[in-house]
Amino acid sequence: MAVDTQTVARIAALARIKLGEGELDAMVPELNGILAWVEQLGEVDTTGVEPMTAVIPNTLRLRADVIDADPLTGGGKRDAVLANAPAAEHGFFGVPKVIE
Amino acid sequence: MPGSTTSLTDLGVRSIRDGVAAGDFSAVEVAEAFNANVAAASVLNTFIVATPDAALDAARAIDAKRAKGEPLGKMGGVPIGMKDLFATKGVQTSAASHMLENFLPEYESTVSQKLWDAGAGMLGKLNLDQFAMGSSNETSYFGNVINPWRRNDGGNAALAPGGSSGGSSAAIAARLCPAATGTDTGGSIRQPAAFTGISGIKPTYGRCSRWGIVAFASSLDQAGPMARDVTDCAIMLEAMAGFDPKDSTSLDMPVPQWEANLSPDMKGKRVGVPREYRMDGMDEDVAKSWDQGIAWLKDAGAEIVDISLPHTRYALPAYYIVAPAEASSNLARYDGVRYGLRDLPEGAGLQDMYAATRAAGFGAEVKRRILIGTYVLSAGFYDAYYTQAQKVRTLIARDFAKAFESCDVILAPTAPTAAFALGEMTSDPLSMYLNDVFAVPASLAGLPAMSVPAGLNREGLPLGLQIIGNMFDEQGVLDAGLAIERAAEFVVRPDRWW
Repeated sequence: MAVDTQTVARIAALARIKLGEGELDAMVPELNGILAWVEQLGEVDTTGVEPMTAVIPNTLRLRADVIDADPLTGGGKRDAVLANAPAAEHGFFGVPKVIE
Repeated sequence: MPGSTTSLTDLGVRSIRDGVAAGDFSAVEVAEAFNANVAAASVLNTFIVATPDAALDAARAIDAKRAKGEPLGKMGGVPIGMKDLFATKGVQTSAASHMLENFLPEYESTVSQKLWDAGAGMLGKLNLDQFAMGSSNETSYFGNVINPWRRNDGGNAALAPGGSSGGSSAAIAARLCPAATGTDTGGSIRQPAAFTGISGIKPTYGRCSRWGIVAFASSLDQAGPMARDVTDCAIMLEAMAGFDPKDSTSLDMPVPQWEANLSPDMKGKRVGVPREYRMDGMDEDVAKSWDQGIAWLKDAGAEIVDISLPHTRYALPAYYIVAPAEASSNLARYDGVRYGLRDLPEGAGLQDMYAATRAAGFGAEVKRRILIGTYVLSAGFYDAYYTQAQKVRTLIARDFAKAFESCDVILAPTAPTAAFALGEMTSDPLSMYLNDVFAVPASLAGLPAMSVPAGLNREGLPLGLQIIGNMFDEQGVLDAGLAIERAAEFVVRPDRWW
């Protein structure tokens, strides 16, 4: 399935990546090259085959239902959480004004 | 030996650990020697940031422990390089991207913490392909890493160190560190190891915690050690592995004593040779080195078995759907709000800020993979691409399961070529992807696999052989690796030109 400039622009919008016109045009043949190549998977008969969900049989665990079960990933870490924020104010992440 | 800086940097993990423990030299002497080599090799661009003080602090702590007669740990006194994909508290963790250029983690990754707890010290953060996406280290925001190896044609062309763990591989080959961490999503430990004449193992998926490793494709990402020989890999893997409740896919199993149980004896072992890996137009030297490896393992007592992995040719296309799909989801977190780069154009709203931030923060290959991933997961295409790829992945895992009914380990080349020149593959993303043709199938099946140096090709460049093992059988992989290492007697190293 080949993509055109319009489709790539739509994908880029979905992915929240701004592409300049030159970038957009360059991306079309590159993506088409890759997509044409992965098309060969269509040749494989996968009737009755379950898609892989876990590569090693493993059951997902639940942690103990207690506050701060692991202090490293528990709560009370506001300053550490905000330490790398590009804009943090009054103990919150700062973002540009959102008006819908 | 003591006091001579050049000879200390010739030592590997085991020799350093044992020498420090025996008092042949101090950990500080070792750290100083490697710090000096790192400082003198900036032209190779292997380190994004060097941390000589961290290496010295760790070494002083080890020397103080020894003075008090305390145990020094599995990696006591060994300075290592840390791929800049592992979060290190207070030390820049960039994933070789502009997006995370100034990211200073508030926490330490599980794997790096385990290494420090085992007595290792950090020489610095190693260069890599941006967000670990690449096979040549050419997608790094911080520039190319130069492979210390050169072709014997006198041309001095700068060669790729492989990728994504290209800083790790080049630094070890150039004796800037005795060992380094790597991560392997579709060959990123094994292919760079092969390109630089060193060893590296990707363990079974889940052996090493992913917590604190910048995520690329979570169902494939797995950390592992890179070092100069198999024994050093075994030692370091023991220090890195182990159950971690903070990683939902961490294996809740005890860590085997890989080092103590190492044996190059292949008597009674069956080595599978997959016929689908012998591809049309295969590089002659690569084919020859594979045949040589088969002969070596036979000499070591193994029985050679012809096996079939029928879906091999579909592994790469499946990988290039699954990995970008997961990447597009994982990298959605870089939004300019919580950490990392923010690009806020004048008067921009929130959505414009996201798009501008991601345009500025990601390199071309990262954008390409996010777009592919977004496309194959989008409404109307999900089943045709993503679900089909995951079904093919099931078939690939079944191929291996069936093969392991008739063999104990599998022997194959690591990569279809030796190191290529920088720039040689970048014009066509597909040709670069094809370099991982032998590495990706084991990744898709979550199996342990390692590369060991096998010899030089006609251009004087190292070639690697790959051993793939059954689930949880790192020991079988390491043992076969050791058998090849003993037979290959690979002692050549790149002439120092830097």
